[in-house]
Amino acid sequence: MFSKELFKKPNNRLEGEQESAPDNPAETEGAPAFPCPDCQTPLDPDSLYDLDFVCPNCGALFQMSARERVRWLTDADSFQEMDADRAPVDWLQFPEYAGKLEKAQRDSGEPEGVITGLGAIGGEPCALFVMNPQFIMGSMGAVVGEKITRLFETATERRLPVVGYTVSGGARIQEGMYSLMQMAKTSGAVLRHSEAGLLYTAVLTHPTTGGVVASFAMEGDVILAEPKALIGFAGPRVIEQTMRQKLPEGFQRSEFLLEKGFIDRIVPRANQKSELTQLLRMHREVTDR
Amino acid sequence: MTTAYERVQAARQKGRPTAVYYIQHVFTDFLEMHGDRRFADDHAIVAGLAYLKGQPVTVIAIEKGQQTEDKIRRNFGSAHPEGYRKALRLMKQAEKFHRPVVCLIDTAGAFCGIGAEERGQGLAIAENLMAMMGLAVPIISILIGEGGSGGALALGVADRVWMLENAVYSVISPEGAASIVWKDAGKAADASAALHITAQDLYGFEMVERVIPEQNGDFEKVCVELREALASELKTLKSLTVEELTQQRYLKFRRIGGDEQ
Repeated sequence: MFSKELFKKPNNRLEGEQESAPDNPAETEGAPAFPCPDCQTPLDPDSLYDLDFVCPNCGALFQMSARERVRWLTDADSFQEMDADRAPVDWLQFPEYAGKLEKAQRDSGEPEGVITGLGAIGGEPCALFVMNPQFIMGSMGAVVGEKITRLFETATERRLPVVGYTVSGGARIQEGMYSLMQMAKTSGAVLRHSEAGLLYTAVLTHPTTGGVVASFAMEGDVILAEPKALIGFAGPRVIEQTMRQKLPEGFQRSEFLLEKGFIDRIVPRANQKSELTQLLRMHREVTDR
Repeated sequence: MTTAYERVQAARQKGRPTAVYYIQHVFTDFLEMHGDRRFADDHAIVAGLAYLKGQPVTVIAIEKGQQTEDKIRRNFGSAHPEGYRKALRLMKQAEKFHRPVVCLIDTAGAFCGIGAEERGQGLAIAENLMAMMGLAVPIISILIGEGGSGGALALGVADRVWMLENAVYSVISPEGAASIVWKDAGKAADASAALHITAQDLYGFEMVERVIPEQNGDFEKVCVELREALASELKTLKSLTVEELTQQRYLKFRRIGGDEQ
């Protein structure tokens, strides 16, 4: 089980320094050690990228911001972000939403909950989206749906495969039906990309739930998951309330979904780049023939 | 002025007609088809073939049930994955035989339970969304009562989405929103208004093309109007090529929350 701490922003200096010095992690040299939230082993923040954001002592997966994930995953200098400034709209003038967005933007340093763009993994070009757990837990508002839709449309035009990292608590309540309709919209864009014969690999990370599971997270040709990620349509609390019973240990975790036949593979972080590279390469060879 | 919460209460009102009533009064010669050919027959979804003014159509509906025993059998209109898979099977069958699809939606939401999760509730809904986006026959979906989130949308990716006057359609129940946003499920009335879930709201947002008047509760009259409206709209949709139809369907949803709005 994950500790509650992992839902919070990791306390490391790399966070704040991304924007000012994205290509120079050396600037964080001499940063103070921070403890692994699970086993308290002191860790050097400079080593996080080399450790694949996994605790070398207990194996806990540290939460990665979308920007950290993009930087960790893509080849150096390959990533070109799309729609970087697209900001949320308070369609319904929902009470307290403006303040909530402001706080999410301040805490995450990002205008919205997903990063999209074109880049390369292991030399293989692809279109990439990475959802951000640090922006209202990757909740899906209209901007998230719009950016992912635009990414799939661009990928279809340029005949590129899509790799998508999901993390989401579900729909963005404060955007009401504008949020729900993103499920239909993104599914339409995935369908068009699929009909063009192109590969979409989804990588489900902790937690991926609600409307995202009931749309593009489960629509991949290949569906991978990180170990022990919570993946489900309904959250465990909702199910416990409905069923009036405690859920079994491990219910809705990646290992459970693999056993039930709903995901292709569980891939530890250390292997993700190489497995994605292989998948991209195998499908590039097929389309080149 | 009717408040949003009064509409919610009307949509959930005991004795309000549920899907089977519309199947009987809008269509003729309904022939129910059972099962998803995978796991089971989900009684929350009623689906089959019928005539609409003489033309064969596939009807797929979410049925809450009327009397207690019936409600339990139908799981109060909360479908399991096998229900959505039955719906998908019959949509594909409709496509094969060039038959339009009419969906009737009335659910508090897809069922949230252990079995539903074990059998892939998320996947079942996702597959429907994708398949409906590409289905090569016209689809009209009508919200007749409650439209609860993904479980409603799983039958709602249509060329035309209509709502009855007192139907509601929401990303989350007003009670759920109130308890998450304000930690107080008692604020459901406030949440109903804040979420903008009425037919009138969603018509204003261009997410719904038509609001069907409830004729002061004379639902036989409502069914007559629905029959005429469906027949006329299907005629329009059938004049489109498959490419035009699916392109327009995609663009209709594509606009929502994008640059044009």
